Amino acid sequence: MARMPAALRHPAGARALVILALFGIWEVAARWFVDPSFMSPPSRVVAFMDELFATPGVPQALFTTFLELAAAFALSVAVGLAVGLLVGLHDFSRRSLLPIVLLLYATPQVTILPLFILYFGIGPASKIAFGMSHGMFPIIVTVAAGVQNIKPILLLSARSMGASPRQVLRWVIFPHMIPSFFTGMRLAMTAALLGVLLAELYVSSTGVGYFTHLFADSFEPAKLFGLITVLALMAIVLNETVRRAEVRFGHWQST
Amino acid sequence: MMSAVRRRTGDAIATRAVQAGFVIALVTLWHLATTQWGVSHFLLPQPAAVLRELADVLRSGEFVQDLKITLHEVVVAFAAAALSGTVLGYLISRSAYLVRVFEPLFSGIYAIPAILFFPVYVLIFGLGPASKIAIGTTISFFPVVLSTIAGFAHVDRILVVAARSMGSSGYQMFRYVLLPAAFPVILTGLRMGFILALLSILGSETIASLEGLGHRIVSLAELMKTERMFAYIVFAVAIAALLNVAVSALEALGRRR
Repeated sequence: MARMPAALRHPAGARALVILALFGIWEVAARWFVDPSFMSPPSRVVAFMDELFATPGVPQALFTTFLELAAAFALSVAVGLAVGLLVGLHDFSRRSLLPIVLLLYATPQVTILPLFILYFGIGPASKIAFGMSHGMFPIIVTVAAGVQNIKPILLLSARSMGASPRQVLRWVIFPHMIPSFFTGMRLAMTAALLGVLLAELYVSSTGVGYFTHLFADSFEPAKLFGLITVLALMAIVLNETVRRAEVRFGHWQST
Repeated sequence: MMSAVRRRTGDAIATRAVQAGFVIALVTLWHLATTQWGVSHFLLPQPAAVLRELADVLRSGEFVQDLKITLHEVVVAFAAAALSGTVLGYLISRSAYLVRVFEPLFSGIYAIPAILFFPVYVLIFGLGPASKIAIGTTISFFPVVLSTIAGFAHVDRILVVAARSMGSSGYQMFRYVLLPAAFPVILTGLRMGFILALLSILGSETIASLEGLGHRIVSLAELMKTERMFAYIVFAVAIAALLNVAVSALEALGRRR
């Protein structure tokens, strides 16, 4: 291979250049080749950020979405952990109930999105519930699997040393479940993001969905792109937080 | 020995019984809630009514048009994603350097819920099938390209070195070493890509569309025709399940070859 410039020799540097190049293409395409009422170059999107946040209701809508995400994720973790333990702790319940969970997990929940709106209204409740309906299944499945993969010898030795069922749960099963639990949390975050954002975009009379429709209908792509960029950044930060937590706490066994 | 076998079959029956009991309890609760406990049929229609509507939907053939649109979108989106994903993934996998540049980039983008960009796609491609195909392609591209990279980039070095020292040509290397090793991994990516294309297209039809299964469900919800909406939900879930089973069967078939 020919000698490369210093910036390119490191993959991370090259990756940054690829991202910059993509933004460059977007800038050039939007500036000179595409109708400005449909697309905005990144420079204009950034320039319009102030105006976006000055639009009455936008900061609140974004903040509400963030709270919905947090609530949906927290509920997914709590319910997923409880159900996952219930399903996974006993051999019989796992074999009888896990297929039901997997079946529900595999059904396309978008088809019942209108039902969530019908039952929970157009406010945050429906979005939290829909996000939770996406987020809890990965946790249930990974927790049930994590409980299952415990070496029988560990359970046996704990029991033969006189550990009570509660002690077994606390000192053997729980620590063993941690890595798969964190994997489940990462998957749950991705899923909860999808659920909440789908519901937000679907409801067009309030929240983020209202503004995406407003900006699209009034041909203000700079604001539309800005709004989406802020939400994408929110998703990236949340995903990254959970992924870091997984890397940090998920692999205690290997040390 | 005999008793162990008997216990296992007994266990299997008990497992099935729990599963059947779950479904029966659910439908019974649903029936009781709508007939006895006065839950409004706008919120929750009676199971019998839903069944009647479903039979009507199937008999009248009303579903054909919407199903055609949705399947057409899914097929086009998946074909585009499968082609671009496998070709690009293979090209990237040929250089360890490119793998290290692009693999984290793609998996980073993959973690962003791409449905966010749907309003932009609608703005650019309109409310018709084009915007659904575009979002479906975008979303299903990532599992395909990531699994193709993973499949081709992590072929056992020993196999590659052995084939090369035996003087294999470039084509032979691809056909008899790289492809068989990567194929199962790529298949998994293709299956995930197909499922994601289906989900994102149903989802985007729900958000903004003029036709298709997702749109039909939403418009029935807006008209408060809950019974028919439930019938369509059952229909859509059944179609999704069928496609899911079909794709998994194809994957298993491809793996065995």
